[in-house]
Amino acid sequence: MQITQWSDALSGWLIGLGLPEWAAIFLVYAVGAFVLINYGMLSVLLLIWITRKVISRIQDRIGPNRVGKFGLLQTVADAAKLLSKEDITPREADKIAYNLSPILSVSGVLMLLAVIPFAPGLIGVDLNIAALFVVALGSIGIMAALMAGWGSNNKYALLAGFRVVAQLLSYEIPLVLSILTVVLLTGSMRFGSIIESQSLHLGGFNLGVGWLGIVMPGALLIFFISSLAEAELTPFDLLEAESELIAGFHIEYSGMKFAMFFLAQFLNAWILAAVMVTLFLGGWQGPGVGLPVVGPLLGFGYFMIKVFGVYVLQQWIRGTFPRLRIDQMMYFAWKVLVPLTIGLIVVQAIVQKLPTPVAVHYVLIFIANVGVLAIVASILQKYFREEQMRTKRSFEPTSLIGTMQVNEEGTMY
Amino acid sequence: MLSQYFFILIMSGLAVVLPLTAVIMGYFIGPRRPDEVKNDIYESGVETIGETWVQFRAQYYLIGLVFVVFDVEALFLFPIAVAYQQLEMFAVLATIFFVLLLVIGLLYDWRKGALEWQ
Repeated sequence: MQITQWSDALSGWLIGLGLPEWAAIFLVYAVGAFVLINYGMLSVLLLIWITRKVISRIQDRIGPNRVGKFGLLQTVADAAKLLSKEDITPREADKIAYNLSPILSVSGVLMLLAVIPFAPGLIGVDLNIAALFVVALGSIGIMAALMAGWGSNNKYALLAGFRVVAQLLSYEIPLVLSILTVVLLTGSMRFGSIIESQSLHLGGFNLGVGWLGIVMPGALLIFFISSLAEAELTPFDLLEAESELIAGFHIEYSGMKFAMFFLAQFLNAWILAAVMVTLFLGGWQGPGVGLPVVGPLLGFGYFMIKVFGVYVLQQWIRGTFPRLRIDQMMYFAWKVLVPLTIGLIVVQAIVQKLPTPVAVHYVLIFIANVGVLAIVASILQKYFREEQMRTKRSFEPTSLIGTMQVNEEGTMY
Repeated sequence: MLSQYFFILIMSGLAVVLPLTAVIMGYFIGPRRPDEVKNDIYESGVETIGETWVQFRAQYYLIGLVFVVFDVEALFLFPIAVAYQQLEMFAVLATIFFVLLLVIGLLYDWRKGALEWQ
């Protein structure tokens, strides 16, 4: 199946109208980039609404339901309110770092949209190093957060900034290495061909369910956990733990600058979900994407359904899981996830060079991944059981924790 | 090929300009009435004491160093992974040896306690 890129089709049409080639390409690219970035900035309005609805339902509330149908316009109203707020710069702040970081944090995330494949042929640019591009731009957010923490001249913000660096750096390693397992199997960093390789042809008809996540569930789980940490969602949200650090590194920001951090955070979660869908869940692959006219439309539908499904899953976890301590978080990244992903890569490197049919390779890789899955699941289960015991014990009547305590003199305090 | 990076260039320009427009718009639409208390540093109502920009823990530095080692490793492994199907047996063994060296490095960090968070 030959897929025409949207940009080639459009620029070909413009050249046909009599425009010189460079002008046509520039015009088409500028329009494409403008549409993509505006999509990114506006889709956040919907993402915040979804988050608030999901978390409300988990907490037995209704959530926003007054402004517009189902409260859909609530986030628009919030954005308008933030636009009309005063822009405060705290005294003695580092002006350059303070003003630069909100823009840097959001532009790093927006640029990632350039390589997200939405449908067959509908991808900003099918870069041949797309996987590396995603990894590289992920680091800009870390820098922006540290600049915000440093520039605010606030002790809580600075503490949160340091925590951001420690957390995001630690979880970037398992994230990158689990992307590497996919690259090792498909032999390409181009998102277009990674998705192409996830098709499943049966009698000339593309079923589109040869997802890599089925062969590599272990790498999928590791990618998902690290993407939760990279998106600063709840089990790993200790860089803005409200009870410890007030609001994290963006505590001193107000108005539109605060909105920029908010936008970057939600869009980052969505884009990490999109990358996960692209790498492991088949991207736009699904039954019938090979069809001539409805294929691309179906592909777009499949992609959106999958990405928003993963996004809701992220928010579900955010609404139900307790927060980790910083030492537990570091322990989990460096002593569990990193050795396991390195093990996976070594196993995969050996298996792929065995002189057996490819099907046997897939079976062996699957077995190794199930092993990884079992290890991670047992560690998580042990942790949550301990946590449950601790919570239960603190509410028992015989315990002194959480009740009024009597000191040695017999007086209450 | 080069036109792909031209798109990235346009995209990165717009990705900076559009948020900047929003921030500048907010700056002009919102009111501007700064005063002593409003511009003070917010620490839950308690007045701030001493310098903010002080020395911080060496632990963050250690994590940063370990991160650099592993990130560079990943960077080297990406091209190998792309060309892996065409590699000879010797190159495969060299790759595995390279990864195992880093495992030894990780074990060394582990034993030395660089991964502990006190």
